[in-house]
Amino acid sequence: MIEAGAIPITFVLNGREHQLDVAPCDLLIDVLRDRLNLKGTKRSCDVEVCGACTVLRDGMPISSCTTLAADVDGKSVLTIEGVAGAQLSAVQQAFVSHGALQCGFCTPGMVLAVTSLLNEDPHPSEQKIRHYLRGNICRCTGYVKILDAVKSLV
Amino acid sequence: MLPHPFSYHRPDSLNKAFDLFDRCDDDAAFYAGGTELLLALKARVLRYGHLIDLKRIPGLSGVREEDGFVVIGALSSHHLLSTDPIIRRNMPAYAMLSDNVANIRVRIAGTIGGNLCFAEPHADPPALLAAMSATVVLRSGEAYREVEVGDFIESEFATVRTEREIMTEIRVPRPPADARFVFKSFSHLERPSVSIAAGYCPSRHGQRFRLWAGAIAERPMRLSELERALDEAGPDAVEDVLVAAASRAAEELPALSDLHGGADYKRALAQTFICRAVRELVTGESHD
Repeated sequence: MIEAGAIPITFVLNGREHQLDVAPCDLLIDVLRDRLNLKGTKRSCDVEVCGACTVLRDGMPISSCTTLAADVDGKSVLTIEGVAGAQLSAVQQAFVSHGALQCGFCTPGMVLAVTSLLNEDPHPSEQKIRHYLRGNICRCTGYVKILDAVKSLV
Repeated sequence: MLPHPFSYHRPDSLNKAFDLFDRCDDDAAFYAGGTELLLALKARVLRYGHLIDLKRIPGLSGVREEDGFVVIGALSSHHLLSTDPIIRRNMPAYAMLSDNVANIRVRIAGTIGGNLCFAEPHADPPALLAAMSATVVLRSGEAYREVEVGDFIESEFATVRTEREIMTEIRVPRPPADARFVFKSFSHLERPSVSIAAGYCPSRHGQRFRLWAGAIAERPMRLSELERALDEAGPDAVEDVLVAAASRAAEELPALSDLHGGADYKRALAQTFICRAVRELVTGESHD
């Protein structure tokens, strides 16, 4: 029998390198929210369906609720707290300008998914925007204003 | 929920992975994208003392062409396969399927090998891979075997893979130039309620059609009688037999009633998709 205890991980979080020890079963969302106090990442469905816990790993969206913290060792992670510089990012500003949020619970995940989409394809078709955002659920807006916000950036 | 505590290992070679497995007292699982395994661990449906992460083993991801086969590394993500130029050129129906798996986060983390090994009955890939006569390569130490995808999945969440075997590759015979495949599915949840994978090769003598149904029963089902009826009718008379043969095939499917719909509903969907798929293959026109 072999044992493996805490795992030392090094990763770049919102542009800054972090080193910490995590338990093998620690989920990324809990490390972000409870140890690093980054509460912008939301837990909701807990089964990779709703998108509220979306963070970007090496620029691509993943569900932090179903990702082991150990799995970001050597990677870069962007949460909603790292999106804005001195000013809101273009995606954040577009959401504000178009009133593309109501309660705001899904908004961090939405903003990160859109950020990733536009990095991959700066001029997506409406069909592609809808396809990409299919995995981010909003129960307030009806999506129209979210689509308007994204299309204003294309 | 949180998983039961486990130990986590990250070997950098297959040999080290097998060696670790042997030292874990039959209480270890190989781990790839985690999109299904971690859900089951969190729900405490499964429990392992050790996870052996395969993601740091070089050579298990990526696509190559080799001796008439498209060879897919088992740790290739759905996202990679939806965008890979070899897949898009040789298996465009599979590229589309892969682009519709669950959502973008699952496509980025989830792997084709993990999907097949987990054998969730509503998975997207198995029916089309079976229709394309794909095989999976299973390794355990020096032992190596190849199993047809259609035989690999035995039942819900059950495959012929033993716990110590690692799926390393999926091998798909490169389709002849005139062969076409289509995949039809309907989902009101994240996974298909029913899927139909169909292939047609006009230049092949004898067996021109391949038809498999996915997500409807405990495992992907080959529709052999339907294939035979369509082949016997010949390309010009397919329409004469299609509706009746599709209806018979759907009626005989051991459909399960579950969260995705009742058995009758699923059979009706299957019949509709069979007709659409076959017409699209024969005419080259989609009427979705």
